[in-house]
Order: sequence, then structure tokens, then C-alpha cells
Amino acid sequence: MAATAALTLQEIRRGLAWRKQLDKVFILLGLLVMLGCLAILAILFIDLVMQGSARFNWDFLSSFPSRKAERAGILSAAVGTSLIMVVTALVALPVGVAAAIYLEEYAPKNWFTGIIEINVTNLAGVPSIVYGLLALGLFVYQFNLGQSILTAGLTLALLILPIVIVATREALRAVPKAIREAAYGLGATRWEVTKDHVLPYSTGGILTGLILGLSRAIGETAPIITIGALSFIAFLPPSPVTGEFPFLSLEWLKSGFTAMPIQIFNWVSRPDQAFQVNAAAASAILLMMTLAMNGVAIWIRYRFRKKINW
Amino acid sequence: MDTLLNPPAETQHRKVVPMQGDTGAQKTDSPSLSIVLEDRKAARANPAKANAEKLSFWYGTNQALKNINLVIPENQVTALIGPSGCGKSTFLRCFNRMHDLQPDTRYEGAIHLRPDNVNLVGRDIDPIEVRMRIGMVFQKPNPFPKTVFENVAYGLRLRGVRNRSELAERVEQALRGAAIWDEVKDRLNDSALALSGGQMQRLCIARALATEPEILLFDEPTSALDPIATAKIEELITELRQRVTVLIVTHNMQQAARVSDFTAFMYLGELVEVDATSKIFTNPSKKATEDYITGRYG
Repeated sequence: MAATAALTLQEIRRGLAWRKQLDKVFILLGLLVMLGCLAILAILFIDLVMQGSARFNWDFLSSFPSRKAERAGILSAAVGTSLIMVVTALVALPVGVAAAIYLEEYAPKNWFTGIIEINVTNLAGVPSIVYGLLALGLFVYQFNLGQSILTAGLTLALLILPIVIVATREALRAVPKAIREAAYGLGATRWEVTKDHVLPYSTGGILTGLILGLSRAIGETAPIITIGALSFIAFLPPSPVTGEFPFLSLEWLKSGFTAMPIQIFNWVSRPDQAFQVNAAAASAILLMMTLAMNGVAIWIRYRFRKKINW
Repeated sequence: MDTLLNPPAETQHRKVVPMQGDTGAQKTDSPSLSIVLEDRKAARANPAKANAEKLSFWYGTNQALKNINLVIPENQVTALIGPSGCGKSTFLRCFNRMHDLQPDTRYEGAIHLRPDNVNLVGRDIDPIEVRMRIGMVFQKPNPFPKTVFENVAYGLRLRGVRNRSELAERVEQALRGAAIWDEVKDRLNDSALALSGGQMQRLCIARALATEPEILLFDEPTSALDPIATAKIEELITELRQRVTVLIVTHNMQQAARVSDFTAFMYLGELVEVDATSKIFTNPSKKATEDYITGRYG
């Protein structure tokens, strides 16, 4: 029994000191890894900004592409990207939310639903070029939607649909059972519970998911090259607002387009050093757009969290 | 015993206006109820509001309730007590068909609601219709993250009340009924989540009262509250019986003794004994009841 005798105070202290050392080692390790990742991103960003600094001016934002590097701008690309994002959001949000509501609130729990769920998650891992090929065959050739903003928006919507669905399901699941029971207990139907309670209370999570999806879509290059984005466009799509009745026009949907990643790719592949500066400046702006969208997502999440704390 | 606990339907009184506390007048002119055993005196005093007959319930293959027969007297407080897992909450949730929200559950037998004698657990009756007649207050206060006003108005809105002044009036009435009006009248448009736990629970009671349910179910309504908030809720429950029939599940035997007129003791999914609360707590007729009440198990 002597071997298992209680530790002396000294032994305890010695052991504890060693264990706390291990703790510190792990903290240090984690900190290093995290800072390393952030540093790489920061260096990349600073490098882009420094390289492109010569072109950060209003002309760069408001000019069409040009054969002369110093006169070229990102107007058509930025407008193209913005319009594509609008289409993507307008398609992915209702479809994704509806799918998530069905899966989470309505679908019976059986093998069929199980297969659907697994596949939705798997879709998030499909290479984006595959979506491009699908869109080329389906939207461009089958539905004759052309190599248009509409096609690009639909393609990217497909691409981020799994992200939106998964995020929405998580947001819906976060609404406590007690709240649903309270509504059911008052005699609400399933749809009333969803529309009056579950959806409003999970708006923050849903919008966050949508924005994270969009910030993935904004940088996608492969699928929109596949469907035939143009790399040189010296015009803007027709305006969605017109001077005559009915004042709204959908012509812009059918317009050819270019997008930020395409423009960057195009400039990078040119031998002239001056275009590299353009590419760096455009990349920095694209990165800022992504960071801004993520910022908005964080802000939305924060606002809704503050309003609703279970 | 069945006939005693389940007096025939035609002897029951119609409850014309749920708000009227006129049970005293009904006590005397109830002819067929006079044939009751001496120790069922209490049951004779009030006509039944609901009547569980041979009620059994299954979660999948697991039988949670076994052949329960119980009368819920009108405008009285009936308490369900028993050790954890005895099925008292399961029984309570049969009354508003909460189990229908879960897949693979099954009822057998009946709960007849007076006066129209509809079977609450019948397959042919829509659970939503049942929930519109039977209100429920849950274990943890669960107000919607909306304003105080919207919380109470929600049930009315579901029933198609659109008129603003009618909504306002009925919301006030419900909040007064739940003894919380004075505390929230100046903050009707504030979030309900800003209230204290006890206030939230009284708000939930107001929410359930707003639609004037015929029975109000309480599922351990004070288990998440401090003693002062608990006392207020208990006082409220004893007052509520004037306007609504109350069925309450409680873990706390003192609470059952304080608030209820009748107490039913359940054990392992069966109803062991039901009687006037004073009798159950002083002179129970079953050994199991006595053991539970004196703290020998549970």
C-alpha cells in the first residue's frame, strides 16, 4: 500500500508545474499557427494593395477595359459581378430557404430524406467547374438562355445552394422546441409556426449563410468561364430602370457580361507589366468586396443575436 | 368505479359562458350525480369538464399510459402528481394533442370533452382544433421574442381577430386575468424577453387565457421559478378556476396541496388514485399513494 500513498505537497506542486508548462506550450503553438495563417493573408493583401496602388483612383473604377493598361478600368467587370450577385441572391435565397424549410420542418424522417440530406451536403463539395459544365449544357444550350448574366447568376446560385440550405437548416434548428410548442399550443398550423415564428427568429442565421455563400460565389472563375463570360466588354448591360412604362426592364438579364475574376485573369495573362498592376488593383478590390460582405454577415448576426437571446 | 369516475354524458351541465363562475348554482341540481360513494363526495360537487376513458398511449412500442380513467371536474383545479417518468406529463399532453407533433405515437381510448362530447384523442378530430379549445402553459416560460402585446395577441390573430380595438381590449383582459397588467401596461411594446422569469410565465398564462380556452393545462409551471414568483403563479392558478378548468402537473406535492381541489396520483403509467386533495394528502386509500406522499419513493 505504500506505493499508492498520498502524494506529498511537494510532489503535487512539481507535477502541477510541469502540467501547466504543457498548457503554455499548447497555447503558444495554437497562437503561432493562427497568426501564421492571418499573416499570410495580410501579406497577400498588402502586397496586392502596394502593387496596385498606382491604379486606385476613380478612373480605374469608372473606365471600361482598354488595350492601354493605364486607361483600362474595371467598370464593366464590377457592374457585371454586382448584377450576377443580385441574380444569384434572388434565386438562391428563396430556393435554398424553401428547400431547408421542407427538409427541416416537413420532410418525414425516412431513408429517402436521409439520401437527400447526404446529397445536399455532398453537393457543397462538387468542383465548381462541374457546375459550369452543367450550366453550359442546361441553361445555355437546352434552355437557350445564352451566355448571359441570367445564366451566370443561375449557375452561381446552384453552386451556393448547398451552403444556403445547410446554413438555413442550422438556423431553423436553433429555434428552441419550446417556442414551436408555444405556437402549436395556441392552435397554429405548421405553416403558421414557420412563417410567424421559426423564419423570423432565424433570419439572422439565414442571411449570414446567404452572404457567406455569395462571398464564395463572387470569386468563382471556372464556372463563368465555362458558360462563356466575355473577357473584353466596353459597354454596360441595359439599365434595369427605363424612362418609359413600365419603367423596369429585364433586358439586362440577357446581356453578355464579364466579371471581376475574369477581368483579373485576363490581365494577369498579359505579358505587359503594366497590366499586372491593374490585376493587383482589381484583386485588392475584389478582396475588399469579399471582406465587406463578410463584415455585413457578422454585423447581421450580431444584431439579431442581440435582439433574440433564448 | 368506472361509473363513479365517469358519470354519463347527459347528466353534465352545459357551460354556457366560460367566464361565469356559477358552478355553485350547478352543484345542487345534478340529479344522477347524487349516487356517489361517500368518499367521492368531491367528485359529486362539480360536473365533469373532461372525461378520460380507458386512455392508453404509446411512444412507438413503449406504452406510456395504461388504461386511464379520470374525470376532470369543471372549474376546479386537478393536480397530477407522481414520480418522474410516471406519465403525468404524457397524460397532460394528450389533452391538447401535443404528442401528434412527434412521429410514431398512438392513442387508444378516449378523452371526452363536455359539453359537446367530442373525443379529444379521436382520429377523426384535427389536433389543431383541439389546441384551439385547450390552452397550455409550459414548464419553462416560453414567450415569443416579440413584444408583450404581440405575445398575447397571437392566439387571437390565429383566430382571425383583426380589429385593433378588439385586440387591445382582449389583450388587456387577458393580462389582467393573469395578474400581470399593472406590471406591463406601460411596456406593451417592449420585448417580452425583457421581463423577469415569473413575469414571463404569467405572460404565457395571459397568452393562453386570451383565447378563452375551455381547459388550461399547466406542465410544471413553476419548476423554473424562484419561490416568490412561484407563490404568485400559485395564487393565480387558484383564482383561475373561476373562469377555466385547470389541469396541472406538478413535481411539488406542497404545490398540489396548495392549489388543487382534486389530486390524481400516477405511477408507472397508471392512475393509482384520484380524490379530493384534502383526502389524498391526509387519508389516501392506496398504500402506493401514501408511500409517495410521505416521501418513501420518487
